Amino acid sequence: MGEVIVITSGKGGVGKTTTTANLGVGMALLNKKVALIDADIGLRNLDVVMGLENRIVYDLVDVVEGRCRTRQALIRDKRYENLYLLPAAQTRDKSAVSPEQMRKLCEELKEEFDYVFVDCPAGIEQGFRNAIAGADRAIIVTTPEVSAVRDADRIIGLLEAAGLRGPRLLINRLRPEMVKRGDMLDIDDILEILAIDLIGVVPDDEKIIISTNRGEPVAAQENGSLAGQAYRNIVRRIMGEEVPFLNFYRNRSLLGRLKKLIGFGG
Amino acid sequence: MNLKALLKALTGKQDSKDVAKERLRLVLVHDRASVSPEFLDIIKEEIIRVISKYMEIDEGNTVIQMHRSEGTAVLEANLAVKAIRRTF
Ligand SMILES: Nc1ncnc2c1ncn2[C@@H]1O[C@H](COP(=O)(O)OP(=O)(O)OP(=O)(O)O)[C@@H](O)[C@H]1O
Ligand SMILES: [Mg+2]
Repeated sequence: MGEVIVITSGKGGVGKTTTTANLGVGMALLNKKVALIDADIGLRNLDVVMGLENRIVYDLVDVVEGRCRTRQALIRDKRYENLYLLPAAQTRDKSAVSPEQMRKLCEELKEEFDYVFVDCPAGIEQGFRNAIAGADRAIIVTTPEVSAVRDADRIIGLLEAAGLRGPRLLINRLRPEMVKRGDMLDIDDILEILAIDLIGVVPDDEKIIISTNRGEPVAAQENGSLAGQAYRNIVRRIMGEEVPFLNFYRNRSLLGRLKKLIGFGG
Repeated sequence: MNLKALLKALTGKQDSKDVAKERLRLVLVHDRASVSPEFLDIIKEEIIRVISKYMEIDEGNTVIQMHRSEGTAVLEANLAVKAIRRTF
């Protein structure tokens, strides 16, 4: 029996879809059987981030309305052993699916997959209610900004009210050099304010944009970016492994070390 | 104290992240305290029911609200008392 994990945030554009794609790929690379559900009906995106947009035949709404079997709508990502995508419908709206239907679908997918990741739409309305309906766990994505952290707090409250306990926080787009000069909320600041456990930190990385251009999530590149490494670490934490958090603040350059030595910056 | 911190202390300028943190703290106190009118109505009825054992309350002139005050949330209840019951 697998597990359903919803990737949610409240605020839009903070990186839910990017996270879902990368965790899916990272999980598949560890030989787990993974299904990704794009629950953002009307604003389908996960397909293009994964590079699977040309292979869609059926979608989530076709499945819940019985026009096809779940199997037929699942697109297999041929680059990996066991990675599947269930795309969102593009020409419908969030009310085309009910929480009950999502719950049923998740139950069905759990029978066959080790992990099911649900990419939640922004907001706290029906799309959100649908996306969390069948979830066993939740990952809340935020960026180190006042508005995003505020919305994350609201989501934590709503998840709790819905009976989804112990959500974990993913801090996305951290910029270490800004944190260093005191111009960005640090990991500890955010954790102190939200009082929830951290699942990982992903740095702001232009490789994410480049890889999204190509439709190949960064987590796929073995010795590539720091962001890719961060995603692969998060995947192992989801599986229950204890993986130390990446240190983004190391002074790598000689100049940096010298500055620290004489007490300038650091 | 390093040079950067010294400079900051002299100019009296706060890091923008400290400003952000302080603002977040305040806004969340408010967010977490904002409850729906229906919820407040339930609380109001319950309070009136309890107080009515001891005093006669003018329900029409009773106001219950939640607001923010110097970093904490305050539940304010103003109950108009018509009479105090003798039996106590
Ligand atoms: N760590 C990162 N570094 C750089 N760019 C990033 C990072 N994470 C996300 N992005 C970029 O931010 C943008 C928004 O990301 P994404 O679409 O994943 O957000 P979302 O939360 O799914 O948005 P929506 O709420 O609209 O569904 C994208 O252009 C993505 O490439
Ligand atoms: Mg998205």
